[in-house]
This record gives sequence, C-alpha cells and structure tokens, in this order.
Amino acid sequence: MQYPSVIRETLDSARNQAALWRSRLPSFKELLLSIPRTPANIVTAAILAMGALLTLLRFTLGIGGISNLDNVNPWGIWIGFDLLCGVALAAGGYTTSAACYLFGLKRYHGAVRPAITTAFLGYLFVVVALHYDVGQPWRLVYPIFVSQGTTSVLFEVGLCVFIYLCVLLVEWTPASLEWLGLKTIRSFVVKLTLPLTILGVILSTMHQSSLGALFLTSPGKLHPLWYSSFLPVFFFVSSMFAGMSMVLFEGGLAHRFLHHKMDEAHLHSSREIALGFAKASSFVMAGYLCMRLFDLAMNNNWAYLGTGYGLLYLVELLGFVALPMLLYAFGVREKRFGLIRAASLMAVLGIVLNRLNVCLIAFNWQLPADERYFPSIMEIGLSVFIVTMIITAYRIFAHFLPMLHEHPEYKDAH
Amino acid sequence: MNRRKFLQLLGITGGAATAVSMGARKAVAASGARVEPDRNAVGVLHDSTLCIGCRRCEAACARVNNLPPPKDLGDAAVFDAKRRPEVDAYTVVNRYDRNAGKPIFRKMQCNHCLEPACASACFVRAFKKTPEGPVVYDPSLCVGCRYCMIACPFTIPAYDYHKVLNPLVHKCTLCAPRLAEGKLPGCVEICPTGALVFGKRTELLDLARERIRKTPGLYEDHIYGETEVGGTSWLYLSPVPHAELGQPELDTTSIPELTSGALGAVPMVAALWPVLLTGAYAISKRRDRIAAEEEAAAVAKAVSEAESKAAEELKKALAKAAKEKESALAKAAQEKDAAVAKALAEAEAKAAKTAATEAAAHEPDGKGER
Repeated sequence: MQYPSVIRETLDSARNQAALWRSRLPSFKELLLSIPRTPANIVTAAILAMGALLTLLRFTLGIGGISNLDNVNPWGIWIGFDLLCGVALAAGGYTTSAACYLFGLKRYHGAVRPAITTAFLGYLFVVVALHYDVGQPWRLVYPIFVSQGTTSVLFEVGLCVFIYLCVLLVEWTPASLEWLGLKTIRSFVVKLTLPLTILGVILSTMHQSSLGALFLTSPGKLHPLWYSSFLPVFFFVSSMFAGMSMVLFEGGLAHRFLHHKMDEAHLHSSREIALGFAKASSFVMAGYLCMRLFDLAMNNNWAYLGTGYGLLYLVELLGFVALPMLLYAFGVREKRFGLIRAASLMAVLGIVLNRLNVCLIAFNWQLPADERYFPSIMEIGLSVFIVTMIITAYRIFAHFLPMLHEHPEYKDAH
Repeated sequence: MNRRKFLQLLGITGGAATAVSMGARKAVAASGARVEPDRNAVGVLHDSTLCIGCRRCEAACARVNNLPPPKDLGDAAVFDAKRRPEVDAYTVVNRYDRNAGKPIFRKMQCNHCLEPACASACFVRAFKKTPEGPVVYDPSLCVGCRYCMIACPFTIPAYDYHKVLNPLVHKCTLCAPRLAEGKLPGCVEICPTGALVFGKRTELLDLARERIRKTPGLYEDHIYGETEVGGTSWLYLSPVPHAELGQPELDTTSIPELTSGALGAVPMVAALWPVLLTGAYAISKRRDRIAAEEEAAAVAKAVSEAESKAAEELKKALAKAAKEKESALAKAAQEKDAAVAKALAEAEAKAAKTAATEAAAHEPDGKGER
C-alpha cells in the first residue's frame, strides 16, 4: 500500500523510534538508578514522594481534608500562587516570541526555546494544579464543551488558557520533533511560527488581563488600594515584565546549572538578551508604576497609605517594582549582569507579592482576624510539589531536547 | 440618569464607547444573567422589628430541603456567635445587640439578586435567574471552581469541602420547587410573627414604604435590597442602619456590570491585535529588507569603486610597462648598433692588421705561403 511521503516518513520514523525505545526499555530501571544521587536530586525525590502522598489525601479526604479553605475564603494559594503567579510568570513565552518573530529582534532567538518551554510547562502545571483545587476536576472540560458561561470572566480565562496551551504545545514541538527526527512535520510546524505567535499574543492579552478582571466582581471584599477598574490592565502590563524577568532569572539559573548544555551561539547571545530584556522590563515597569500611582490619585486613596495595608502597598510598589526598575536601568547602563540578575529575582518576587495581595492578603480585608485565611502546611506542600514538578520537567527537557543549543542537523532552522 | 442609561447614551454618540458598552450589554444578555424585570417576580420582605429570633424558619428550611434539623433550638447561647449559611443550613438568624433597646434579629440567606453575581460569574451557567424570582442552581454542571463564592457580594454560597465524589455549592433556592407547586417558601409559611412577608417584589416595596411612612421613627428610611447591587428579591426593613446588622454597604451597580466592560473589550482585542502585530511584523520586515538593500548597495558601490580604481591602476601600470618596454627596446637597439659598429670596427681593424702582416711577409722574401 502506498502512502503519501509525509505519512510514510512519519510512520517509518515512529517505527524506528518505537524499536529504539523497545530496545532500551529493559534498561529503564537502570536509567532510573543511573540518576546521580546529588543532594538536589534526593530533595526532588523526597518532594515528589510527599506530593504523591498529598495527592492521595486530596482525593480521599476532599479539599477540606488538606486545606484551610472555607465558605468565606474559597480561594487559597492554589489559585493565588499556582494559578495567578504561574500564569504571570509563564508570560515569557509570548513576550520572547513576540520580540523575536514580530518585532524583528532576531538576536533574541536563543531565548525563545527556553522561554516557550517554560511557558508550556507553566501553563501545563497550572492546569494540573487546578485539578487539585476544583471540586470536580473530571468536569474541567465542561465550560468548553458542555455549558458555556459566556458572561463569566473565568470562562474567558479557561477558554484562552486551553487554546493557548494548545498553541504552546505546537510552538514547543519543533524541539521534540528534532529529537525524534521527524523532518517533514517539523518544517511544517516551523512555517506556522508567525500566525501562532500572533495568536499567542492575543490569547495572552486576554487571559492575563482577565485574571485581574476576575476580582472586578469584588469591590466590597478587595482593599481599595488594590481594587481598581483598571485591574485587567494592571495584570496585563505587569505580565510583560513578569515574563521577561522570569526569562532573565531562569536564564541565570540555567547558566549556573546547565552551562554544559549550551552551545556557543546560545552563550554568546544570552548577554545581549539580558541587556535587551532588562531595558525593556525597566521601561514597562516605569509605565506600570505610573499607572498604579495615577490610579491611587484618581480614586483618592492617599489616606489608606498611612495604614498597615498602605505599608504593604508601598513595599509592593516601591520595594518590588520601583527598586528593580532602577536596578535594571543601572545594570544595563553599567553592563553589570549581577545587578540585572538580582533585579530579575526582585521583580519576580514583586509579581508574586502583587498576585498574593490581590487574591489573598488584601482580599476579605475587612473580616476579623479569626475569619481570615492562612494556608495549611499541606496546601503549601502541594504548591511546592507543583513547582518541583515544573523544575524537574524542565531539567529533563533540557537534558534530552535541543533546547539550550541548536540541533546539529537543523542549523538552518530559524 | 442611571449608569445604564448613561452608557446607552454614550453608545449613541461615541465610537469606542459604543463598542464597549454594546459589547458589555450583549455579553450580559447572552447568558440570561439579566432577565428583563418581571412585574410578577416574587420576593420576601424581612421586617426585623417583628423578628423575635425563634429560629423556626431555620427548622422549616431544614425540613423542606431535607437537611439535618438545627441543633440547640430555643437555646439563646446560639446567638453568642455570628453564624452564616452552610452546606447543611441554607438560612440562619443572627442576633445584633444594641447599647440601648432590644436586640435585633436578622435572617440571612441568599438574597436572589435581580442581576446575580453568581450567575454571571459561573463559567458553566450552573446558576440561573428565573423570571419568577428565584436564582436556581444546576448541580449537574458545577465544576467546583467556587468563583460564585468570590463574586457573591453577600458571601452566601457554601461548598462541600469534605465531599470527594460530588461536592456541590449549596444555597437557599427561595423554595423554587415549592413555589412551582403553589406553596409558600418554608420559612415564610412557618413564621409566627409576620416578620416574613412573601409576595410580588413590586408590592413588597410598596408595603415596606408604607410601613416606613406610617410609623415615623421606627424604621431607618432605607429598604435594603431595593437598589443594592441592582436590587435583590429579598428586602429588609430595620430600625437601625443595615450596616449594624452585618449587611454590607453596596453600590447600586450590579456585579455583572462591573465585569461586562472588561468582557466587552475582548472582541476588540481579538480584532485589533492582529492588525497591530502584523503591522509591527511588516515594519520590522521592511526595516530588515531596507537594511539588506542598503548593505547590498553599499557593497556594490564599494566593489565598483574598487574595480574602477584597479582598472586605472592597471592601465597606468600597462602604460608604464609599455614605456619601459619601448625604452628598453630602444636601448637594446642602440646597444646592438653600438656592438655591431664596434664589431665591424674591430673586424676592419683586424683585417687591416692581417693584410699588413701578409704584405710584410710577401715582400721581403716571398716564402710566407709555404
């Protein structure tokens, strides 16, 4: 039987890969045992084991069995941290690919693959985390396929995250297709780069801002220093520098621990990328800072600055936005890469602080202390488990896939 | 002029505003979150001047909804702590002590908003505002995201946190099943003092206004629920400001309206971004192309300059070489002539010498030839 060449090639390749894997399979146990017993790997194994136990508890005792969530505080760190921070910090995917493919900054090319991988993993594990948080995870497809609540901001978030995850999967496949040796499909997917990048920016604009819009429903519950009709804009604009800062921060870590996986081209371009992203972040942060301050003035919320929440607000804006903004600017001017890396860590922490403030700390601010939420140790454990899974998956990908270096047979590629 | 009218006016006059407000209103209308105000929609009026805190409404509610009966009925110690609706108790009565005068009791349950936050927030449309009044819940759709609980301005919905297989949101149904059978809600039916009055919402508003007017000084001049978050099916009369009874001070804007602006902007983002981004792409492409062209032109110019310079030099060199060749040839010719002349002269001299020698040999003895 004659197949078209594409299918034939795919089938042959798949068959070869399958044969290859079959031949390797008996040694899978050895592969597992061959993982070096470094302290990092032992800690990882311990956390993954703990996560397995927490998973068992979550799905035998219910959400209430392992969390401090209640009827007044229905959202905890699984939403505030895993969802809100996860999505914001995965914004590097759209910022990097837009910079490289749409705005013509081709020298950023070396950053695209790690950023797309991080974004893909980030979104994938946001969805994984949601399976623990929602009451009936087996119905998570309902908003898309069964009953569409089109007036819900959460519907928009869900739909965009679902489609964007698919987009990221396709954008990410060239790395694995190169590894598998499927040339024809790979070249087809590479041709989709431009429309996929545009689609990625549209979807990101929508759901990044909609995560902020989720809290528009709660003017009575969210502290006035954080409640604003511009919440969607704040969330979107901050996602830009969140994503870029995460690329910088993660690049620093990768340099430290995965240096041997990088090729000359990647190492060479990474300094230029650091300068470019630090500069862009600094600019966007300046704009964001102005927007937040104008909002403060427009709503005439100055009086709140003298309260405890006002202090928290100032720490968030001055300590974790203004300061990293200045550090970025100074680091770029003086070409001090250590400063840029420090600024990126602060900016990432600032995003985490902002999202936790909106979702948890400044939410229900008027309730007495005993009705307020604080995560249980098991909730924190589950979030640590999710983050560990992301890092582990990243390490596995970086080990096997042409991510931090170009595949020798696909230099043309980009 | 209320906000909605204002937006409508904007819609007639302004370009961008049209898009947003129209998009927003359509987005709300699409879900059935807002139903057109029905003159016959029902509600309940709670008059806390008449409520004695007997909690029979709690017991009746539990009975008609098949929930466990409330504990400690008749025990006043229950009122020492503030309670709220739970998964197994859709309504509770709380006591609010005053510095002077009798304590006030206030019943608490779902207020059945005219434009419910839960219905607009639900991403599977599990909540629905019925034209009759009740906000009802479809448990077969609920995913358990609990956004309704975040969105509800009264923090009413309760969740089955300890169920594993089918955890659901629970709240008062305004006894929608009983209303369909022509019965009163359980709590209203049992109320012994008339603190709860069931009826058409429009008539309940009239009744409440009449009570305020007829007994001056007894009531706060405010019907809680008339305009709060766009109005609720449950209405409250109180002798003290409602905030003192733990009822949140809320704007007249409905919760769905707060998010509709953001949702209305979505289609615009989807329409505008591709234009701007393809534009950015085209600009960067053009910039690259022009840079490439300029580079090519510069290279071509440099090459042609180098070529013409080289040609000139070559010509010069050739000319010089030709000249040199000529002069060399001339010199060679001169040298040749000189050499020839010299050779001739030498040959002639030699010949002359030989001739002289020969002549000398012949002349003295003539024996030279032999």
